[in-house]
Amino acid sequence: MLDRVTSIPMEGLIREVAGLKANGYRFVTLSCIALDENNGDKKNFDFIYHFDKDLGLSHLRLTVPAGAIVPSISRVYFSAFLVENEIQDLFGIPFEGLAIDYRGTLFLDKGPAPFSQDPVPSGQGQDKPGAPGTAPDSPKEG
Amino acid sequence: MRTIIPFGPQHPVLAEPIHLKLVMEDEKIQEVVPALGFVHRGLEALVSQRDFHQMIQVVERVCGICSMIHAMCFCQGIERLMGIEVPPRARYLRVIWSELERIHSHLLWLGLLADSMGFESLFMQTWQVREKILDIHEATAGNRIIVSVNTVGGIRRDISRSSLDWILSQLAEVKARVKEIGPTLLEDYTVKKRTTGKGVVPRDQAWELGLAGPTLRASGVAQDLRMLRYEAFSDLDFEPVTETDGDAHARCRVRYREIFQSIDLICQAIVKIPDSEIRAKVKGRPEGEILVRVEQPRGELVYYIKADGGKHLERLRIRTPTFANLPALLFMLPGHWLSDVPVILMSIDPCISCTER
Repeated sequence: MLDRVTSIPMEGLIREVAGLKANGYRFVTLSCIALDENNGDKKNFDFIYHFDKDLGLSHLRLTVPAGAIVPSISRVYFSAFLVENEIQDLFGIPFEGLAIDYRGTLFLDKGPAPFSQDPVPSGQGQDKPGAPGTAPDSPKEG
Repeated sequence: MRTIIPFGPQHPVLAEPIHLKLVMEDEKIQEVVPALGFVHRGLEALVSQRDFHQMIQVVERVCGICSMIHAMCFCQGIERLMGIEVPPRARYLRVIWSELERIHSHLLWLGLLADSMGFESLFMQTWQVREKILDIHEATAGNRIIVSVNTVGGIRRDISRSSLDWILSQLAEVKARVKEIGPTLLEDYTVKKRTTGKGVVPRDQAWELGLAGPTLRASGVAQDLRMLRYEAFSDLDFEPVTETDGDAHARCRVRYREIFQSIDLICQAIVKIPDSEIRAKVKGRPEGEILVRVEQPRGELVYYIKADGGKHLERLRIRTPTFANLPALLFMLPGHWLSDVPVILMSIDPCISCTER
Protein backbone atom coordinates (compact mmCIF):
# COMPACT_ATOMS: atom_id res chain seq x y z
CA MET A 1 0.00 0.00 0.00
CA LEU A 2 1.04 3.63 -0.26
CA ASP A 3 2.89 4.86 2.82
CA ARG A 4 3.84 8.43 3.73
CA VAL A 5 1.02 10.11 1.86
CA THR A 6 0.29 13.73 2.76
CA SER A 7 -2.96 15.30 1.58
CA ILE A 8 -2.56 18.93 0.58
CA PRO A 9 -4.81 21.69 -0.71
CA MET A 10 -4.30 23.13 -4.18
CA GLU A 11 -3.01 26.44 -2.82
CA GLY A 12 -0.27 24.65 -0.88
CA LEU A 13 0.97 22.51 -3.76
CA ILE A 14 3.88 24.62 -4.99
CA ARG A 15 5.04 25.38 -1.47
CA GLU A 16 5.03 21.70 -0.48
CA VAL A 17 6.78 20.62 -3.66
CA ALA A 18 9.42 23.33 -3.27
CA GLY A 19 9.95 22.15 0.29
CA LEU A 20 10.53 18.59 -0.85
CA LYS A 21 13.01 19.77 -3.45
CA ALA A 22 14.88 21.80 -0.85
CA ASN A 23 15.06 18.64 1.27
CA GLY A 24 16.76 16.74 -1.56
CA TYR A 25 13.80 14.79 -2.94
CA ARG A 26 13.78 13.69 -6.57
CA PHE A 27 10.52 13.94 -8.52
CA VAL A 28 9.48 10.47 -9.68
CA THR A 29 6.13 10.98 -11.37
CA LEU A 30 2.56 12.14 -11.02
CA SER A 31 -0.41 9.77 -11.08
CA CYS A 32 -3.90 10.97 -11.95
CA ILE A 33 -7.01 8.97 -11.20
CA ALA A 34 -10.57 9.88 -12.08
CA LEU A 35 -12.63 9.49 -8.93
CA ASP A 36 -15.98 7.78 -8.91
CA GLU A 37 -17.84 10.32 -6.83
CA ASN A 38 -19.49 13.00 -8.85
CA ASN A 39 -19.48 16.73 -8.36
CA GLY A 40 -22.75 17.38 -10.09
CA ASP A 41 -22.31 15.60 -13.40
CA LYS A 42 -18.54 15.95 -13.50
CA LYS A 43 -15.75 13.78 -12.13
CA ASN A 44 -13.19 14.88 -9.59
CA PHE A 45 -9.61 13.71 -9.90
CA ASP A 46 -7.01 12.42 -7.52
CA PHE A 47 -3.45 13.63 -8.12
CA ILE A 48 -0.67 11.76 -6.36
CA TYR A 49 2.80 13.28 -6.66
CA HIS A 50 5.56 10.74 -5.98
CA PHE A 51 9.00 11.72 -4.71
CA ASP A 52 12.10 9.73 -3.89
CA LYS A 53 15.04 10.25 -1.57
CA ASP A 54 17.59 7.54 -0.79
CA LEU A 55 15.21 4.95 -2.27
CA GLY A 56 12.43 6.00 0.11
CA LEU A 57 9.17 7.29 -1.34
CA SER A 58 7.05 10.19 -0.20
CA HIS A 59 3.70 11.17 -1.76
CA LEU A 60 1.50 14.25 -1.92
CA ARG A 61 -2.19 13.72 -2.59
CA LEU A 62 -4.30 16.47 -4.13
CA THR A 63 -7.97 16.26 -4.97
CA VAL A 64 -8.71 18.27 -8.09
CA PRO A 65 -12.31 19.28 -8.63
CA ALA A 66 -13.67 19.02 -12.14
CA GLY A 67 -13.00 22.17 -14.11
CA ALA A 68 -10.15 23.35 -11.89
CA ILE A 69 -6.85 24.59 -13.29
CA VAL A 70 -3.87 23.05 -11.51
CA PRO A 71 -0.66 24.98 -10.92
CA SER A 72 2.20 23.31 -12.71
CA ILE A 73 5.12 22.11 -10.62
CA SER A 74 7.42 22.38 -13.64
CA ARG A 75 8.51 25.72 -12.23
CA VAL A 76 10.04 23.68 -9.38
CA TYR A 77 10.84 20.37 -11.10
CA PHE A 78 11.32 21.16 -14.78
CA SER A 79 10.92 17.54 -15.89
CA ALA A 80 7.34 17.48 -14.56
CA PHE A 81 6.19 19.30 -17.70
CA LEU A 82 6.06 16.01 -19.59
CA VAL A 83 3.71 14.16 -17.23
CA GLU A 84 1.56 17.25 -16.75
CA ASN A 85 1.15 17.55 -20.50
CA GLU A 86 0.22 13.88 -20.62
CA ILE A 87 -2.49 14.43 -18.02
CA GLN A 88 -3.69 17.43 -19.98
CA ASP A 89 -4.03 15.16 -23.01
CA LEU A 90 -5.56 12.13 -21.37
CA PHE A 91 -7.75 13.68 -18.68
CA GLY A 92 -8.43 17.12 -20.12
CA ILE A 93 -7.20 18.84 -16.94
CA PRO A 94 -5.53 22.18 -17.70
CA PHE A 95 -2.34 23.29 -15.97
CA GLU A 96 -1.23 26.82 -15.34
CA GLY A 97 2.42 27.78 -15.79
CA LEU A 98 3.69 24.76 -17.72
CA ALA A 99 7.36 25.07 -18.71
CA ILE A 100 6.44 23.74 -22.17
CA ASP A 101 2.74 23.55 -23.00
CA TYR A 102 1.74 21.19 -25.77
CA ARG A 103 -1.89 22.37 -25.43
CA GLY A 104 -3.38 18.92 -25.52
CA THR A 105 -1.29 17.60 -28.42
CA LEU A 106 1.57 15.80 -26.68
CA PHE A 107 0.27 12.36 -27.57
CA LEU A 108 -3.06 12.94 -29.25
CA ASP A 109 -4.88 14.93 -31.84
CA LYS A 110 -7.34 17.46 -30.50
CA GLY A 111 -10.47 15.77 -29.25
CA PRO A 112 -12.14 14.49 -26.10
CA ALA A 113 -9.73 13.32 -23.44
CA PRO A 114 -9.84 9.50 -23.32
CA PHE A 115 -9.89 9.23 -19.50
CA SER A 116 -12.48 11.89 -19.01
CA GLN A 117 -15.98 12.39 -20.26
CA ASP A 118 -15.41 16.13 -20.17
CA PRO A 119 -14.15 18.04 -23.20
CA VAL A 120 -10.99 20.15 -22.88
CA PRO A 121 -12.14 23.49 -21.39
CA SER A 122 -12.41 26.34 -23.90
CA GLY A 123 -9.38 28.62 -24.12
CA GLN A 124 -6.96 25.75 -23.52
CA GLY A 125 -5.56 25.27 -27.00
CA GLN A 126 -8.72 24.54 -28.91
CA ASP A 127 -7.85 27.37 -31.32
CA LYS A 128 -4.62 25.61 -32.24
CA PRO A 129 -5.31 22.47 -34.29
CA GLY A 130 -2.58 19.96 -33.78
CA ALA A 131 -1.31 16.70 -35.16
CA PRO A 132 0.55 14.20 -33.03
CA GLY A 133 3.98 15.47 -32.34
CA THR A 134 3.26 19.11 -33.00
CA ALA A 135 5.18 21.20 -30.50
CA PRO A 136 3.97 24.66 -29.60
CA ASP A 137 5.54 28.08 -29.76
CA SER A 138 8.34 27.28 -32.14
CA PRO A 139 9.85 29.71 -34.63
CA LYS A 140 8.86 29.07 -38.22
CA GLU A 141 10.81 26.32 -39.86
CA GLY A 142 13.27 27.69 -42.36
CA MET B 1 20.38 33.46 -38.41
CA ARG B 2 18.30 30.88 -36.63
CA THR B 3 16.70 28.00 -38.44
CA ILE B 4 14.80 24.96 -37.29
CA ILE B 5 15.88 21.57 -38.41
CA PRO B 6 13.49 18.70 -37.78
CA PHE B 7 15.15 15.58 -36.43
CA GLY B 8 12.82 12.65 -36.81
CA PRO B 9 10.34 11.17 -36.54
CA GLN B 10 11.84 9.28 -39.46
CA HIS B 11 15.63 9.12 -39.18
CA PRO B 12 18.13 6.38 -40.01
CA VAL B 13 19.41 6.41 -36.45
CA LEU B 14 16.02 6.22 -34.80
CA ALA B 15 14.62 2.77 -34.14
CA GLU B 16 11.40 4.41 -32.99
CA PRO B 17 9.78 7.70 -33.93
CA ILE B 18 10.49 10.81 -31.94
CA HIS B 19 10.55 14.30 -33.31
CA LEU B 20 13.05 16.91 -32.13
CA LYS B 21 12.75 20.48 -33.35
CA LEU B 22 16.34 21.69 -33.28
CA VAL B 23 16.68 25.47 -33.23
CA MET B 24 20.02 26.05 -34.88
CA GLU B 25 22.44 28.92 -35.22
CA ASP B 26 24.68 27.77 -38.08
CA GLU B 27 25.60 24.24 -37.08
CA LYS B 28 25.19 24.68 -33.34
CA ILE B 29 22.07 23.74 -31.45
CA GLN B 30 20.47 26.53 -29.45
CA GLU B 31 17.22 24.96 -28.28
CA VAL B 32 15.42 21.66 -28.49
CA VAL B 33 11.69 21.00 -28.40
CA PRO B 34 10.74 17.33 -28.38
CA ALA B 35 7.47 16.09 -29.82
CA LEU B 36 5.93 12.71 -29.14
CA GLY B 37 2.74 10.88 -29.98
CA PHE B 38 3.70 8.72 -32.95
CA VAL B 39 3.39 5.36 -31.18
CA HIS B 40 0.90 6.15 -28.43
CA ARG B 41 -1.33 3.10 -28.12
CA GLY B 42 -3.42 3.91 -25.07
CA LEU B 43 -2.42 0.75 -23.23
CA GLU B 44 -3.25 2.10 -19.78
CA ALA B 45 -6.86 2.51 -20.81
CA LEU B 46 -7.13 -1.22 -21.45
CA VAL B 47 -7.54 -1.89 -17.73
CA SER B 48 -11.23 -1.28 -18.21
CA GLN B 49 -11.43 -4.03 -20.83
CA ARG B 50 -8.94 -6.64 -19.62
CA ASP B 51 -8.95 -8.21 -16.19
CA PHE B 52 -5.83 -8.08 -14.04
CA HIS B 53 -4.59 -11.47 -15.28
CA GLN B 54 -5.03 -10.48 -18.93
CA MET B 55 -3.23 -7.18 -18.31
CA ILE B 56 0.02 -9.13 -17.95
CA GLN B 57 -0.04 -9.78 -21.70
CA VAL B 58 -0.73 -6.08 -22.28
CA VAL B 59 2.11 -4.75 -20.10
CA GLU B 60 4.51 -7.27 -21.65
CA ARG B 61 3.91 -5.43 -24.91
CA VAL B 62 4.54 -1.92 -23.62
CA CYS B 63 8.10 -2.58 -24.75
CA GLY B 64 9.64 -5.54 -26.48
CA ILE B 65 13.13 -5.07 -25.08
CA CYS B 66 12.13 -4.88 -21.42
CA SER B 67 8.96 -6.92 -21.68
CA MET B 68 9.76 -9.37 -18.89
CA ILE B 69 10.57 -6.62 -16.40
CA HIS B 70 7.34 -4.77 -17.17
CA ALA B 71 5.39 -7.94 -16.45
CA MET B 72 7.45 -8.63 -13.33
CA CYS B 73 6.76 -5.14 -11.96
CA PHE B 74 3.05 -5.47 -12.66
CA CYS B 75 2.87 -8.90 -11.03
CA GLN B 76 4.77 -7.62 -7.99
CA GLY B 77 2.18 -4.89 -7.54
CA ILE B 78 -0.75 -7.29 -7.78
CA GLU B 79 0.98 -9.80 -5.47
CA ARG B 80 1.61 -7.15 -2.83
CA LEU B 81 -1.98 -5.92 -3.00
CA MET B 82 -3.26 -9.48 -2.61
CA GLY B 83 -0.68 -10.54 -0.03
CA ILE B 84 0.67 -13.35 -2.21
CA GLU B 85 4.05 -14.76 -1.31
CA VAL B 86 5.97 -15.78 -4.39
CA PRO B 87 7.85 -19.08 -3.95
CA PRO B 88 11.65 -18.75 -3.62
CA ARG B 89 12.47 -20.57 -6.85
CA ALA B 90 10.17 -18.26 -8.80
CA ARG B 91 11.95 -15.22 -7.31
CA TYR B 92 15.30 -16.56 -8.51
CA LEU B 93 13.95 -17.37 -11.94
CA ARG B 94 12.61 -13.83 -12.23
CA VAL B 95 16.09 -12.53 -11.43
CA ILE B 96 17.67 -14.80 -14.05
CA TRP B 97 15.28 -13.75 -16.81
CA SER B 98 15.36 -10.08 -15.86
CA GLU B 99 19.15 -9.99 -15.90
CA LEU B 100 19.22 -11.84 -19.23
CA GLU B 101 16.92 -9.13 -20.49
CA ARG B 102 19.29 -6.46 -19.18
CA ILE B 103 22.22 -8.03 -21.02
CA HIS B 104 20.15 -8.29 -24.19
CA SER B 105 19.03 -4.68 -23.89
CA HIS B 106 22.51 -3.30 -23.26
CA LEU B 107 23.99 -5.26 -26.17
CA LEU B 108 21.20 -4.05 -28.43
CA TRP B 109 21.83 -0.50 -27.29
CA LEU B 110 25.62 -0.79 -27.78
CA GLY B 111 24.95 -1.87 -31.33
CA LEU B 112 22.59 1.02 -31.98
CA LEU B 113 25.07 3.49 -30.48
CA ALA B 114 27.76 2.16 -32.80
CA ASP B 115 25.34 2.43 -35.69
CA SER B 116 24.61 6.05 -34.77
CA MET B 117 28.32 6.79 -35.23
CA GLY B 118 28.47 4.87 -38.50
CA PHE B 119 30.54 2.13 -36.85
CA GLU B 120 28.66 -0.66 -38.60
CA SER B 121 31.12 -3.48 -37.88
CA LEU B 122 30.89 -2.83 -34.12
CA PHE B 123 27.09 -2.77 -34.47
CA MET B 124 27.17 -6.20 -36.13
CA GLN B 125 29.60 -7.62 -33.55
CA THR B 126 27.49 -6.61 -30.54
CA TRP B 127 24.29 -7.88 -32.13
CA GLN B 128 26.00 -11.17 -32.92
CA VAL B 129 26.82 -11.56 -29.22
CA ARG B 130 23.23 -10.60 -28.41
CA GLU B 131 22.06 -13.58 -30.47
CA LYS B 132 23.44 -15.90 -27.75
CA ILE B 133 21.13 -14.27 -25.20
CA LEU B 134 18.19 -14.59 -27.55
CA ASP B 135 19.07 -18.28 -28.00
CA ILE B 136 18.86 -18.66 -24.21
CA HIS B 137 15.47 -16.93 -24.23
CA GLU B 138 14.22 -19.23 -26.95
CA ALA B 139 15.53 -22.37 -25.26
CA THR B 140 14.09 -21.50 -21.84
CA ALA B 141 10.89 -19.69 -22.69
CA GLY B 142 10.08 -20.48 -26.30
CA ASN B 143 10.31 -16.88 -27.49
CA ARG B 144 13.33 -14.79 -28.41
CA ILE B 145 12.10 -11.38 -27.30
CA ILE B 146 8.81 -11.40 -25.38
CA VAL B 147 9.50 -14.35 -23.10
CA SER B 148 6.11 -14.15 -21.37
CA VAL B 149 7.08 -16.11 -18.26
CA ASN B 150 5.50 -14.01 -15.52
CA THR B 151 2.15 -14.71 -13.91
CA VAL B 152 0.55 -13.47 -10.73
CA GLY B 153 2.03 -15.62 -7.99
CA GLY B 154 5.24 -16.62 -9.74
CA ILE B 155 6.51 -17.96 -13.00
CA ARG B 156 4.80 -20.00 -15.71
CA ARG B 157 7.68 -22.29 -16.59
CA ASP B 158 10.69 -23.72 -14.83
CA ILE B 159 14.30 -24.09 -16.00
CA SER B 160 15.87 -27.51 -15.46
CA ARG B 161 19.25 -28.03 -13.83
CA SER B 162 20.82 -29.05 -17.13
CA SER B 163 19.42 -25.92 -18.79
CA LEU B 164 20.81 -23.75 -16.00
CA ASP B 165 24.25 -25.32 -16.53
CA TRP B 166 23.94 -24.71 -20.25
CA ILE B 167 23.08 -21.06 -19.55
CA LEU B 168 26.30 -20.76 -17.54
CA SER B 169 28.34 -22.06 -20.47
CA GLN B 170 26.61 -19.66 -22.87
CA LEU B 171 27.22 -16.72 -20.54
CA ALA B 172 30.91 -17.63 -20.33
CA GLU B 173 31.07 -17.25 -24.10
CA VAL B 174 29.12 -14.00 -23.97
CA LYS B 175 31.50 -12.65 -21.34
CA ALA B 176 34.54 -13.54 -23.44
CA ARG B 177 33.06 -11.94 -26.56
CA VAL B 178 32.04 -8.76 -24.75
CA LYS B 179 35.55 -8.48 -23.30
CA GLU B 180 36.94 -8.67 -26.83
CA ILE B 181 34.67 -5.80 -27.90
CA GLY B 182 35.55 -3.71 -24.84
CA PRO B 183 38.77 -2.05 -25.99
CA THR B 184 37.18 -0.98 -29.27
CA LEU B 185 34.14 0.40 -27.54
CA LEU B 186 35.95 2.17 -24.74
CA GLU B 187 39.37 3.09 -26.11
CA ASP B 188 38.96 3.58 -29.83
CA TYR B 189 39.97 7.09 -30.89
CA THR B 190 36.89 7.61 -33.05
CA VAL B 191 34.43 6.36 -30.45
CA LYS B 192 35.99 8.54 -27.77
CA LYS B 193 36.01 11.56 -30.06
CA ARG B 194 32.30 11.13 -30.76
CA THR B 195 31.24 10.50 -27.16
CA THR B 196 33.63 12.16 -24.72
CA GLY B 197 32.35 15.50 -23.47
CA LYS B 198 29.05 15.07 -25.33
CA GLY B 199 25.73 15.59 -23.60
CA VAL B 200 27.21 16.24 -20.18
CA VAL B 201 24.79 16.19 -17.26
CA PRO B 202 26.38 17.20 -13.95
CA ARG B 203 25.45 15.23 -10.86
CA ASP B 204 23.24 17.89 -9.28
CA GLN B 205 21.36 18.48 -12.49
CA ALA B 206 20.87 14.75 -13.00
CA TRP B 207 19.17 14.51 -9.61
CA GLU B 208 17.11 17.64 -10.14
CA LEU B 209 15.89 16.46 -13.53
CA GLY B 210 14.82 13.14 -12.02
CA LEU B 211 16.97 11.05 -14.33
CA ALA B 212 16.97 7.29 -14.01
CA GLY B 213 19.13 4.26 -14.58
CA PRO B 214 22.52 4.30 -16.29
CA THR B 215 21.91 7.90 -17.39
CA LEU B 216 21.73 8.89 -13.71
CA ARG B 217 24.54 6.58 -12.58
CA ALA B 218 26.88 7.92 -15.27
CA SER B 219 26.60 11.30 -13.54
CA GLY B 220 27.83 9.83 -10.28
CA VAL B 221 24.57 9.03 -8.47
CA ALA B 222 24.73 5.49 -7.09
CA GLN B 223 21.03 4.72 -7.32
CA ASP B 224 19.90 1.34 -8.63
CA LEU B 225 16.42 0.08 -7.77
CA ARG B 226 17.76 -3.44 -7.33
CA MET B 227 19.10 -2.04 -4.06
CA LEU B 228 15.48 -2.30 -2.88
CA ARG B 229 16.30 -6.03 -2.85
CA TYR B 230 13.10 -7.16 -4.50
CA GLU B 231 12.73 -10.74 -5.75
CA ALA B 232 15.93 -12.69 -5.03
CA PHE B 233 18.23 -9.63 -5.12
CA SER B 234 18.16 -9.73 -1.32
CA ASP B 235 20.30 -12.89 -1.51
CA LEU B 236 22.73 -11.67 -4.15
CA ASP B 237 25.79 -9.43 -3.94
CA PHE B 238 26.09 -6.42 -6.16
CA GLU B 239 26.88 -2.72 -6.09
CA PRO B 240 25.55 -0.05 -8.46
CA VAL B 241 27.86 0.70 -11.39
CA THR B 242 28.70 4.39 -11.52
CA GLU B 243 30.87 6.80 -13.44
CA THR B 244 31.33 10.49 -12.77
CA ASP B 245 31.90 12.23 -16.09
CA GLY B 246 28.20 12.43 -16.98
CA ASP B 247 28.85 12.42 -20.71
CA ALA B 248 27.89 9.97 -23.46
CA HIS B 249 31.11 8.00 -22.97
CA ALA B 250 30.39 7.60 -19.26
CA ARG B 251 26.91 6.30 -20.05
CA CYS B 252 28.53 3.87 -22.46
CA ARG B 253 30.97 2.66 -19.79
CA VAL B 254 28.17 2.15 -17.25
CA ARG B 255 26.14 -0.03 -19.59
CA TYR B 256 29.23 -1.97 -20.67
CA ARG B 257 30.15 -2.75 -17.08
CA GLU B 258 26.56 -3.63 -16.21
CA ILE B 259 26.69 -6.44 -18.74
CA PHE B 260 29.37 -8.14 -16.63
CA GLN B 261 27.44 -7.31 -13.48
CA SER B 262 24.34 -9.01 -14.88
CA ILE B 263 26.35 -12.08 -15.91
CA ASP B 264 27.69 -12.27 -12.36
CA LEU B 265 24.18 -11.92 -10.88
CA ILE B 266 22.85 -14.71 -13.07
CA CYS B 267 25.76 -16.96 -12.06
CA GLN B 268 25.10 -16.24 -8.39
CA ALA B 269 21.39 -16.95 -8.86
CA ILE B 270 22.03 -20.23 -10.65
CA VAL B 271 24.31 -21.40 -7.85
CA LYS B 272 21.90 -20.42 -5.09
CA ILE B 273 18.51 -21.21 -6.69
CA PRO B 274 16.49 -23.43 -4.33
CA ASP B 275 14.07 -26.18 -5.21
CA SER B 276 10.46 -25.20 -4.66
CA GLU B 277 7.21 -24.56 -6.43
CA ILE B 278 7.34 -21.91 -9.11
CA ARG B 279 3.87 -20.51 -8.63
CA ALA B 280 1.69 -19.69 -5.63
CA LYS B 281 -2.05 -20.23 -5.65
CA VAL B 282 -3.96 -17.05 -6.43
CA LYS B 283 -7.37 -16.53 -4.90
CA GLY B 284 -9.46 -13.41 -4.85
CA ARG B 285 -8.89 -10.03 -6.42
CA PRO B 286 -6.61 -7.10 -5.66
CA GLU B 287 -7.82 -4.18 -3.59
CA GLY B 288 -6.04 -0.96 -2.57
CA GLU B 289 -3.39 1.19 -4.19
CA ILE B 290 0.34 0.66 -4.49
CA LEU B 291 3.42 2.03 -6.17
CA VAL B 292 5.99 -0.55 -7.30
CA ARG B 293 9.44 0.21 -8.67
CA VAL B 294 11.97 -2.06 -10.34
CA GLU B 295 15.20 -1.47 -12.26
CA GLN B 296 14.71 -1.81 -15.97
CA PRO B 297 17.75 -1.78 -18.30
CA ARG B 298 17.05 1.92 -18.89
CA GLY B 299 16.37 2.73 -15.26
CA GLU B 300 13.61 3.13 -12.73
CA LEU B 301 10.29 1.65 -13.86
CA VAL B 302 7.29 2.76 -11.82
CA TYR B 303 3.87 1.12 -11.74
CA TYR B 304 1.03 2.74 -9.82
CA ILE B 305 -1.88 0.33 -9.42
CA LYS B 306 -5.26 1.07 -7.89
CA ALA B 307 -7.81 -1.70 -7.48
CA ASP B 308 -11.26 -1.83 -5.93
CA GLY B 309 -11.72 -5.57 -5.53
CA GLY B 310 -13.20 -6.07 -8.99
CA LYS B 311 -11.66 -8.14 -11.74
CA HIS B 312 -10.69 -4.94 -13.59
CA LEU B 313 -8.20 -2.54 -12.08
CA GLU B 314 -9.38 0.98 -11.38
CA ARG B 315 -6.15 2.55 -12.64
CA LEU B 316 -2.79 1.48 -14.00
CA ARG B 317 -0.20 4.20 -14.39
CA ILE B 318 3.17 3.32 -15.92
CA ARG B 319 6.15 5.64 -15.78
CA THR B 320 9.09 4.34 -17.72
CA PRO B 321 12.71 5.46 -17.38
CA THR B 322 12.88 7.07 -20.83
CA PHE B 323 9.93 9.26 -19.81
CA ALA B 324 12.14 10.51 -16.99
CA ASN B 325 15.27 10.88 -19.14
CA LEU B 326 13.78 12.65 -22.17
CA PRO B 327 13.56 16.14 -20.59
CA ALA B 328 17.33 15.96 -20.07
CA LEU B 329 17.77 16.27 -23.84
CA LEU B 330 16.69 19.89 -23.55
CA PHE B 331 19.87 20.49 -21.54
CA MET B 332 22.19 17.94 -23.12
CA LEU B 333 21.88 19.07 -26.75
CA PRO B 334 22.24 22.88 -26.75
CA GLY B 335 25.78 23.98 -27.55
CA HIS B 336 26.61 20.85 -29.51
CA TRP B 337 26.94 20.33 -33.24
CA LEU B 338 24.09 18.93 -35.31
CA SER B 339 26.22 15.86 -35.99
CA ASP B 340 26.32 15.11 -32.25
CA VAL B 341 22.55 14.74 -31.98
CA PRO B 342 22.31 11.02 -32.88
CA VAL B 343 25.01 10.00 -30.41
CA ILE B 344 23.69 12.12 -27.54
CA LEU B 345 20.12 10.98 -28.15
CA MET B 346 21.16 7.35 -28.30
CA SER B 347 23.29 7.75 -25.15
CA ILE B 348 20.17 7.97 -22.98
CA ASP B 349 18.99 4.66 -24.52
CA PRO B 350 15.58 5.98 -25.53
CA CYS B 351 12.66 3.63 -25.76
CA ILE B 352 9.78 5.57 -27.24
CA SER B 353 7.30 2.69 -27.07
CA CYS B 354 7.83 2.66 -23.32
CA THR B 355 7.50 6.43 -23.11
CA GLU B 356 4.24 6.73 -24.99
CA ARG B 357 2.62 3.36 -24.16
